[in-house]
Order: sequence, then C-alpha cells, then structure tokens
Amino acid sequence: MIEFQAVTKRFDDGTTAVDNLDMVVEAGTITVFVGPSGCGKTTSLRMVNRMIEPTSGTVLVDGEDIRKSNPALLRRRIGYVIQQAGLFPHRTVLDNVATVPLLSGWTRRKARARAAELLETVGLDAAMGKRYPSQLSGGQQQRVGVARALAADPPVLLMDEPFSAVDPVVREGLQDELLRLQADLDKTIVFVTHDIDEAVRIGEKVAVFRKGGVLAQYAAPAELLSNPADDFVSSFVGKDRGYRGLSFLQADGIQLGGVSTMGLHGEHLSGERPSTVGGPDWTLVLDDDGRPRGWLPPGVVIQGEPAEEDLRPGGSLYTEGTALRGALDAALSSPSGLGVVVDDAGRYTGVVTAQQVIDLIEERRKDAA
Amino acid sequence: MILQELFGWFGDPAHWQGPDGVPNRMLEHLGYTLLSVFGAAAIAIPLGLYVGHSGRGGVVLVGLSNAMRALPTLGLVTFLFLIAGGSEAGTIVGLIVLAVPPILAGTYSGVQDTDRGVVDAARGMGMTGWQRLWQVEVPNALPLLMGGLRNAALQVVATASVAAYVGLGGLGRLLLDGLRVIDYSKVLAGALFIALLAVLLDLVLAGLQRIIVPRGLRVAAAAVAGRPKARSSGRTES
Ligand SMILES: Nc1ncnc2c1ncn2[C@@H]1O[C@H](COP(=O)(O)OP(=O)(O)OP(=O)(O)O)[C@@H](O)[C@H]1O
Ligand SMILES: [Mg+2]
Repeated sequence: MIEFQAVTKRFDDGTTAVDNLDMVVEAGTITVFVGPSGCGKTTSLRMVNRMIEPTSGTVLVDGEDIRKSNPALLRRRIGYVIQQAGLFPHRTVLDNVATVPLLSGWTRRKARARAAELLETVGLDAAMGKRYPSQLSGGQQQRVGVARALAADPPVLLMDEPFSAVDPVVREGLQDELLRLQADLDKTIVFVTHDIDEAVRIGEKVAVFRKGGVLAQYAAPAELLSNPADDFVSSFVGKDRGYRGLSFLQADGIQLGGVSTMGLHGEHLSGERPSTVGGPDWTLVLDDDGRPRGWLPPGVVIQGEPAEEDLRPGGSLYTEGTALRGALDAALSSPSGLGVVVDDAGRYTGVVTAQQVIDLIEERRKDAA
Repeated sequence: MILQELFGWFGDPAHWQGPDGVPNRMLEHLGYTLLSVFGAAAIAIPLGLYVGHSGRGGVVLVGLSNAMRALPTLGLVTFLFLIAGGSEAGTIVGLIVLAVPPILAGTYSGVQDTDRGVVDAARGMGMTGWQRLWQVEVPNALPLLMGGLRNAALQVVATASVAAYVGLGGLGRLLLDGLRVIDYSKVLAGALFIALLAVLLDLVLAGLQRIIVPRGLRVAAAAVAGRPKARSSGRTES
C-alpha cells in the first residue's frame, strides 16, 4: 500500500508540480495516474522511490514513512520501469535483468539464474539473454525493462509510461502481458500514462490529474467513464467514453441466436439453437473442432467441400462471459451482421446482433432508473 | 639526392649508438611522453569523472580547459624550465598542461553523454553514487575518454620535441642539432622518428581501447551507424 498524505512538490523555479495530494494506492492493484502533459504524474510517481523529495507532506509505503529508509535501499525494494526502458547498453540483457539482485549481494550465479527465469516470465526466449539491448526491438526492450524491475521480487512496481514508445499493436500485447503477469504476481503497481484508453484498459483504479498537479478524480474505470466528476474529467476521458464504457458492462442475460452451419467437408451441421434471428441466410463454416472459419454469403451453393475463396473472412469473435463491448464489436465487424460467439476454447456457440446489444443496454438503463 | 643522403644517415652505425643515438633519443622521447600523459590522466580523469558525475562545475571546467589550450606551449615550457631551475620537471609540467584539456574534455563529455534515461534507471534501481559511477558512467564514458587520451598522446609526442630547446634530450635533439649544423638528413630523420613513435603509440592505445570498451557499446555504435552488427558469439535467431 502506498499513501500520499498532503504531498506537495514545488520546484526551485516556483512550478507547483503536485498540489496537496491525498490518496491511497491499494496493495495488490494496478493504479493508473493519467492526465495531460505536465500535470505532475511523473513527479508524483518519483516521490514514491525518493527520486524526488516532496516539499511538504508524507509518503508511506506499507505504512512506513519512506524518509526513514536509505534511498538506495528503498529503491531496491521498489521496481522502476521507465519509457525507452533505460537498459544499460554495455551489459547483456541477462546482466541487465540481474542488476538489482547483484546490488543486493546475490552471487552472480544465482542472480543470472533468476534473470533467466524472469526473461521467460515476461515472454522472452532465454537465449536472448546473451544479446545486448541494441539488438532488441522496442517491445522486447520494454519486456526486459519489466523483467529487470521484477528481478528482486519487489512488492511495489512503479511504471512511468513504459509502453508509450512502441507501436499500438505491440503496446496492446504488452498491456495484456502485464495484466497476465499481475494476475500471478499480485504486486502493487502504479502506472503512469497520458493515454486514457490505456488507463481504463489496465487500471483497477484510475487517478486523473489536471494541470497544476491537482487530483481531479480517483475512481474505478467504469465509474470514471459513467460518472466523471467534472467537465475537465469528462472532456479528458473523451468523446468515445460511452462506447468505451461497454468494456465494463457484462453481457449476461443476452439470448444467443443460432445460424445454419457447415463443416469443412460440406456436411450440414444443425445449429443447437433454433434460428431466432431473422435476416438473410448466411451460413457459418466451422472446422473439425467447431471453430469458426468464415461465412458463406446467401445464395452460394456448395457442391462438396466449401473452397477457401467462397468464404468471407469473419469479424472479431466474442468470447462468452466477457464484456459487452466485444459483443457489439463482433456484430458490427461481421459481414453477415451476426456477431459470432465462441466459448473459452474458441468453439462456436451462437450468434448475437447489434440490436440485441442495444436492447440490453436500454433494458439495463430502465432497471437502473 | 635527399633520399640517398637520408639512407646514408640511417646506414651510419654512429647514429644508432650512445647518448645521441636514435634508440636512446627515442627512449627519452617516449619517457617524456608517457610521464606527461600519465601525469595528465591522473589529474584529468578523476576531475572529469567528478564533474561529469556530480554535474557541478561544468562551466568552470570548460572555461579552464579552453584557457589551458590557449597557452603557448613553447613559451610555457621555457618559462617553467627557468623557474624549475633547469630540471626536466619544468618540461614535464609544461607537457602535462598540454595534455590535460583533451583528456578532461573526453572524460567529462563521456560521462555527460551517457544516456540520461540509463543514468536515471541506475539511480532508480538503487545504485549508490559510487556504484552508478563505476558500473554505468565509467563504462559508457570509455569510448570518448580513450579518444581524449589518444588525442593527448599524439599532441604530447609531437610537442615533446620542445624539451630539446631547453637543453634536454628526446628526438627533438635530432631536429635542433640538425638545424644548427644544417644537416637536413638528421632533421628529416628526427621528424620521421617522431611520426613513427606517434603512430606506434596510437596503435597501442587503440588496442587498449578495443580491450576495455564494453562490447555492448561497440554493438550499439555499429547498429546506430547502420552497418551490419558487430560479430557476436551471442547472437541467436528469433
Ligand atoms: N526538475 C524540475 N524543475 C522544474 N520544474 C519541473 C521539474 N520537473 C518537472 N517540472 C515541472 O513540473 C510539472 C510536472 O511535471 P511532470 O514531469 O510530473 O509531468 P507529467 O505529468 O509526468 O508530464 P508528461 O506526461 O509530459 O510526462 C511540469 O510543469 C514540469 O515542467
Ligand atoms: Mg511524465
């Protein structure tokens, strides 16, 4: 747990970077600091590991005033990941990761063994340990940065825009990886970003800062999107926030429809549910394991096996039990207008329409009123 | 022909023996050079590391080393020779003054040019000031530091000839004595040997640089230059 108690930071030139910050970052959660450039996110973060000393106020980590700890020793107990990773160019990837264990007095052997283990944890081939940072892609460097921060198994992890220097696709992969890691590790993570999408995607709690280092709102992402505290927060979370909010609505109670299906060898499979949805007669082709392969448009007559060129690629798939946003996206992106629903193993279980999603939202709204 | 005369000069065994022989003059010259470069390094490297590491006194440092560069070496050596009472010490001090600025500049800018993110990460991971200096800043400063050292060595080799002006030895003797008796072969031989010494010394320092600069930095420099990556036993396919 990290506590900010009336923390203010004023730099020598008179800039107030953080203004009277009072907040509690709960243990075992990912808490995101978000806000426009220059609003004091980095300054707040760096006051936790004493890279910056507050002008006034107190920061507590696990109940202890950090001013009581020696800064170097304190920092070895707090993982730190920065933008561009900041890897040591003169050391191999393995030795980069082994840095903090070595500083803490581990033997070289033990530290390297631990480092190799961590490379795998963050999804890198252990053979990459022999390379130098300049021989890695940006995304790989960020993974190494995360591995290095985790090496001494610190309970707290500070991450300052760790993924902002990589392209959006890689970034999304890294975010997923972080969420997966956190499910196992259960660290107290403070994550700084200026990207609201990233904030609501990975944050369990989100702190929105405004210019002058003032905390504007501190809430769970769903709350932030549905109930912004003021005009600043509402404009900062952006114009897509209604749609984004669907990420936090569960889709339970949605009635799945059926559609006629065909196997890869041309055999007609009967849908498990009667076709409850109207519309043109598209046929969904499934592989031998029951996973969707693509759509056959209405009116296409298949003799024997459907050929690859007859198939229209499907849209995104919606996995049962996940948030409503995925269901809507599946319906909107499907060539037939029918969103394909699959189970955890990726097997076809039914279809859903955009209208159904909208109806469900309307229903919820009525219930809430 | 000057070349024939030069070969004649080389062929004369008298020129290779005794206190005025080439081997002895070369050793004297090398001695002045090494003494001055080591002396300068002992002053400039710690100072450069301190200023680069702490960030304090950078402006003073740059001003000071520019002022030192502006001093006329010959005048300085003569002056120091006179106040040092005609000993070698004056000459050596003069050469040290010449060698300090390039080493200082190389060391200081080597530390300064270390990626700020890298230094920040080192601090954030819990390195103490000393650990950061030795484990991060010094290794990263080595290419520029060695560049400064090589520069200083070249300048000192060339300038150590001034020792002869104040009656000391070294290859400068060949130049001066040759000029006095208008023996151009001797002058030319002196110049050639000074050049040879400079090349050899630079080769040795280049070899040293190759050994002590971490391989990761060479790999990174090659990657930036867009050349094929440096040979590496550790490279794997992925
Ligand atoms: N060392 C410093 N000296 C003076 N002012 C500073 C210093 N560091 C930061 N500031 C100022 O403090 C304010 C907050 O800076 P901070 O780096 O915390 O912002 P940020 O929210 O992390 O912004 P960004 O998203 O651009 O990284 C800014 O106005 C900045 O200019
Ligand atoms: Mg910042």
